[in-house]
Amino acid sequence: MPRQFTPKVVTANRLLEGDAVWLTEDGRWTPDMREAELLDEEAHAELRLLLAQSQPDVVVGPYLADARPGAEGPEPTHFRETFRTRGPSNYTHGKQVEL
Amino acid sequence: MYHYNDFDRAFVQERVDQFRAQVERRIDGSLTEDEFKPLRLMNGLYLQLHAYMLRVAIPYGTLSSDQMRTLALLAEKWDRGYGHFTTRQNIQYNWPALKDVPDMLQALADVGMHAIQTSGNTIRNVTADHFAGAAADEVADPRPVAELLRQWSTDHPEFQFLPRKFKIAVTGAAHDRAVIQAHDIGIQIVENAHGEIGYKLLVGGGLGRTPMIGKVIEEFVAQEDLLPYCEAIVAAYNLMGRRDNKYKARIKITVFENGLDTFRDAVLAQFERTKAAFTGVDVKLFEEIRAQFAPPAWRNAPTDAYDAAYRADPVFRSWADTNLAAHRAEGYAIVSVSIKKPGQTPGDATAEQMRVLADLARDFGHDELRISHEQNVILPHVHKSDLPKLHAKLREHGLATANIGLVSDIIACPGMDYCALATARSIPVAQQIALRFEELKLEHDVGPLKIKISGCINACGHHHVGHIGILGLDRAGVENYQVTLGGSGDETASIGERAGPGFSADEIVPAIERLVLGYLDLRAGPEETFLQAYRRLGPAPFKAVLYPEQEAKRERADAA
Ligand code: HEM
Ligand code: SF4
Repeated sequence: MPRQFTPKVVTANRLLEGDAVWLTEDGRWTPDMREAELLDEEAHAELRLLLAQSQPDVVVGPYLADARPGAEGPEPTHFRETFRTRGPSNYTHGKQVEL
Repeated sequence: MYHYNDFDRAFVQERVDQFRAQVERRIDGSLTEDEFKPLRLMNGLYLQLHAYMLRVAIPYGTLSSDQMRTLALLAEKWDRGYGHFTTRQNIQYNWPALKDVPDMLQALADVGMHAIQTSGNTIRNVTADHFAGAAADEVADPRPVAELLRQWSTDHPEFQFLPRKFKIAVTGAAHDRAVIQAHDIGIQIVENAHGEIGYKLLVGGGLGRTPMIGKVIEEFVAQEDLLPYCEAIVAAYNLMGRRDNKYKARIKITVFENGLDTFRDAVLAQFERTKAAFTGVDVKLFEEIRAQFAPPAWRNAPTDAYDAAYRADPVFRSWADTNLAAHRAEGYAIVSVSIKKPGQTPGDATAEQMRVLADLARDFGHDELRISHEQNVILPHVHKSDLPKLHAKLREHGLATANIGLVSDIIACPGMDYCALATARSIPVAQQIALRFEELKLEHDVGPLKIKISGCINACGHHHVGHIGILGLDRAGVENYQVTLGGSGDETASIGERAGPGFSADEIVPAIERLVLGYLDLRAGPEETFLQAYRRLGPAPFKAVLYPEQEAKRERADAA
């Protein structure tokens, strides 16, 4: 049996600002993970990652992160990715106030 | 204090200009990230979870008030109004935009500071006892040696691509406040039977995933042999250090795998060559540097104002008892300013606090400041008669917390709130422990206790050498905190032992509370510190309070 593919999103940090961004279905980079394209097929996910890797003048270090569908769009499954959607917990800086 | 000479200035300026051009070429797309990354790391620029991070070196932790004001300016103008002082006597800015970094580096260069060699497999910022030049118990000021090492190692052509990063720390006192035993090279200034000053050298200490205590490679190295000997150590390591496995590449593994004697033989073989190459310029240079660290002109004044405040004001007295240390000059004190008010992020200072500290250093402290590896700010030379005024100012700005060396004076690395390598958060754990003990009003009864927290195995928060160490891990997608006990970073250095299974984020603060309250019951008397009690009793009774269910189970089994 082929191993189950867990859904993913493509994420990276923006070259200029350095903040976390996610790849949307129409090929934009969004600071709001809920707007990201949820990739539930492995071959398609690899293609989207290749697209991201071809934009070194826009983003740094793109990778596939686990995600699951939520009411408002894709949601993180791991706490590290959750922090990336919010910002640090010791100050109200970052996306928790910027989005 | 050391001031840049023309050579230093020209070199740092050239690097700023170079980096400005590199950033431009990265932004316009002519440099790829693969090409740019090593260049930005050479200039202290990391990419973390939410933004870039700029790490600025504070050589041997010493700053003038102008330099401190510039750190405040960077925080305010290009960051979010604060900076984070680290265990390696650096300051980190968590939010710079790429395009602004060259301007930040320029502002630093203008006051003789930089971010060079704060990253990469080079010799990093040389650290020293934060009480250097002030401590009553010091044989000699360690900073001239640290500055000599800084000049020798900066841009040293042979040592830009070592097998791994390389860290050196220097202490001038037998009581080690610089954690020299956890460094690649540790240096202790000593005096021999003939009254000559020399250096005891240690190698192969380090924390990270394989913590090790440094070993003495030479008991006494004379002044004229110091640089040649250090160069020989690094050269031997450069040849013998493993480049096949990043986790085995630090000098501690080289020394461990080859044995100290074999390693020393290799060093001595190199020493023949290096000794011949150094023609004495280093000794001349050292004398020039040392002249720049001449102590300020001490003031001779009565200390009545201090004595009166000490008698009359219990808040002042409590602060004086915990935050002052003995100074070598009559009538003076060393002031440790805690930037760890319970609930605050350990090591963070706002731009305003930095300016207040700069003003205080100018007005009352011979214009000097220090950053300690324990993430506090030191005013090394304050005349006692000025202390009541100084204390009042500190209070106005939330800087008068009387907790140096106590439970809430916690070291914490940035952890998963910022760091891309983290496996769990460390800052919130530190905040909660400090707040809880403030509530309990117990910390002065508990006495000296060092809690140190890292957000992953790399151990930037020194957890291995905490009396209580906390290591944040990712256990199946949940934050989990492992406790180590009995570590120490002073001259009696030891690596803490794992107490048992880890705790969840909800359980860790109550667990630490049980441990500390348990210690109060276990200690022989108020004079016996946590570490002493642990060393006397061993881990068993501490584990029993940490894991009461297991203890209850064991008791039931014993009774049956
Ligand atoms: C971007 C943030 C950081 C990164 C990527 C980072 C990376 C690392 C790594 C990979 C190690 C392990 C080295 C080894 O075992 O060979 C390490 C060790 C260490 N780092 Fe950091 N670190 C960061 C922040 C900090 C901070 C904020 C501090 C000071 C609070 C610090 C101080 C140290 C210390 C003291 C050690 C252990 C000593 C040793 O090198 O053996 N680091 N760091
Ligand atoms: S210990 Fe780990 S989490 Fe903490 S700063 Fe170092 S690398 Fe980051």
